[in-house]
Amino acid sequence: MTPTLTIFLILSAALFCIGLLAALSRRHAIFILIGIDLMLAAANVNFVAFWRFSPEPAQPTGVIVAIFSIAIAAAEAAVGLALVIAVYRHYRTTNVDKLNQLKG
Amino acid sequence: MSSWIVTYLWLIPAVPLAASLVILMLANSRRTASAALAIFGQVVALTMAVAAFLPTLQTPGYRAFHNFTWFTFGEQTLRIGWVIDPLAAAMLVMITLVGLCIFVFSIGYMAKDKNFTRFFAYLSFFSAAMLGVVIANSLLLLFVCWELVGLASYLLIGFWIHKPSAAAAAKKAFITTRIGDIGFFLGILWLYGRSGTLLFYDHGNGCLENAGLLLVGASATFIALLIFCGAAGKSGQFPLHVWLPDAMEGPTPVSALIHAATMVAAGVFLVARVYPLFSLGAIDGVTPSLTVVVWIGVVTALMAALIALAQADIKRILAYSTVSQLGLMMVSLGVGGVAAGIMHLLAHGFFKALLFLGSGSVIHGCHEEQDIRNMGGLRRLMPVTFLTYAIGMMTLSGVPLFFSGAWTKEEILHATAHWPKSSVPYYLMLAGVVLTALYMTRQMIYVFFGDKRAASEHAHESPRVMTMPLIVLAVCAIVFSIALTPAWPWLHGYLSGEPAHFEIGQLIQPMLFLSLALVAGGIGLGVLFYRKAGATDPLAQAQPAIFRFLENKMWLDEFYARTVLAFAHFAARFSDVMDRYFWDSLVRALAGVGQLFGILSSHFDERGINSGVDGATTGARGLGRFIAARHSGQIQTYLRAAGVGALALLILYAWLA
Repeated sequence: MTPTLTIFLILSAALFCIGLLAALSRRHAIFILIGIDLMLAAANVNFVAFWRFSPEPAQPTGVIVAIFSIAIAAAEAAVGLALVIAVYRHYRTTNVDKLNQLKG
Repeated sequence: MSSWIVTYLWLIPAVPLAASLVILMLANSRRTASAALAIFGQVVALTMAVAAFLPTLQTPGYRAFHNFTWFTFGEQTLRIGWVIDPLAAAMLVMITLVGLCIFVFSIGYMAKDKNFTRFFAYLSFFSAAMLGVVIANSLLLLFVCWELVGLASYLLIGFWIHKPSAAAAAKKAFITTRIGDIGFFLGILWLYGRSGTLLFYDHGNGCLENAGLLLVGASATFIALLIFCGAAGKSGQFPLHVWLPDAMEGPTPVSALIHAATMVAAGVFLVARVYPLFSLGAIDGVTPSLTVVVWIGVVTALMAALIALAQADIKRILAYSTVSQLGLMMVSLGVGGVAAGIMHLLAHGFFKALLFLGSGSVIHGCHEEQDIRNMGGLRRLMPVTFLTYAIGMMTLSGVPLFFSGAWTKEEILHATAHWPKSSVPYYLMLAGVVLTALYMTRQMIYVFFGDKRAASEHAHESPRVMTMPLIVLAVCAIVFSIALTPAWPWLHGYLSGEPAHFEIGQLIQPMLFLSLALVAGGIGLGVLFYRKAGATDPLAQAQPAIFRFLENKMWLDEFYARTVLAFAHFAARFSDVMDRYFWDSLVRALAGVGQLFGILSSHFDERGINSGVDGATTGARGLGRFIAARHSGQIQTYLRAAGVGALALLILYAWLA
């Protein structure tokens, strides 16, 4: 079976749904961060897949965007974890149901 | 040389005014200081008056004036100023000289009064106002000073405020003269409307000069008559004379200064000042306005002389005599003898002040008794007063040759005799001369001759400070005649602007014998009639009805009470009722309508506008609460919503594509 774009897109969509489910259903802040990172990874898979099956695969545009995206995801994870630690120090919990100070 | 004098002419009234203000600020106990200040002010004014008098001697018909702008109102410029001419200069000297004598006399007369300082403040104030009237070169300035004179007169008549009669007399004087002044003021307005200026002399543009008189034109008659209303009020002419006898409630020096010598002369002075208005368009020296002046004067002169015959109060007799003499002056002005009228005014100033001060001395000597029926035989007890009073009496009666009043009276009779319109005033004036001699003889006999009566038992001569002014005024009354005789009619020439020549042959005129006969007749009749006068008046015994008529002042006061006052009372009551019931209910109805509108608009506000705004705010608040409730702070809820939204968009996209 030869790999086609559709297979990668299905993979990417599955990955995005898993990430979304994790972000929506988990109560722990770190799991939510992991879910968000999964959704980012799904987007990266899309970038690479569309580049691989594009009419001009000689130019590595998709890979470059993916690498940038991974770098940004790393930075985002660092900031997110720092926030989680700060929130934990303040509230002594990382359960997002308890963190409702932003309510109107 | 004379121009600077006229520039500083205002100082003449200003000095007594300043003295008056300073005295008002002094404590009641500073009696010497206040009297000294008042007399000092008067001496300064007299000195300056003489200084202003001198340049008028040099050229006949001299006239200098100084005008300046008082204020500008829109395009109208109101200018006032002062003038010095023979008329003003002669008045200035007479007023300050007589005033000085009366000020000195007052020191003695008011010695025991506790409001001594206030008295001198008022006297000085009066003097200042009167001098202002004389030097005014604008009808407006004259009117202002005229009213100040009226105020001073009011204050001084009512000086003894604890006496109800004095307060009533002050009010009566003030209101009666105000009636005349309304006419005067209307005349001023009319004159201003016609000529556009109130200056008397202004290099040919004043209202008394050719250009101004041309503008006035035919309305001069009415303007003159309106101004005469004011003059009649101030000078006690019929029918506004009623206040003058009552004004004798004031202290005697006041009666002498204001109601005999100076203030009442202001009316005569005013007519003389605006004489060109009266004589405008004269045919043979007769105009309608001057004719009115003549007849009013004749009626006043004769009526007052008759009433004087039946009065018992020494000052009231003199008051009616003043009214009568002022009538005489008015007649003189009316028939064209302006110089004669002013001469009589000046002479009258001296001898009437003398008579009033003499009566003051008598009253003082008799311990405040004023009824001549209680006096008698005073000639031995009060020799100086008697002699000076006799001189005053003979001057007033017009005994020829030695007394100033005689010459001026002859001059007036002379002018009246040549009036082309009618000879009735002339004969009535002759009758007035006899009556004057008669009532003065009656008074002399009652006061100074005969047996002592109740009040003269303990009479005494007045102190030197009171007799000295009497002597000075008596000397003036005699010496003044030098300038009046037909042999050397200096004053006549001075006033009318013609040089006088000395001709001894002119001294004896036919009129002299006539007036000698009349005066001798009057005095002889008086002596014959009143020689044996007792407690009841001989006239009252002979003709009780006529005497009662005259004693009650021809019932004019009662007549006014029945007519003018009754009408005023009725009008007041009518206005009161109108005000209380008609206007008040109208105002109340209007107020009710206003209240109704208030209630209606209050309800509209409450129910309509206010509740609408309330509903809007409630809705906004509910919406806010609903949205705030959605804002739970649960980030996963937000994320879920975002996810649902994205899914919905996706479905929409798929459905549309």
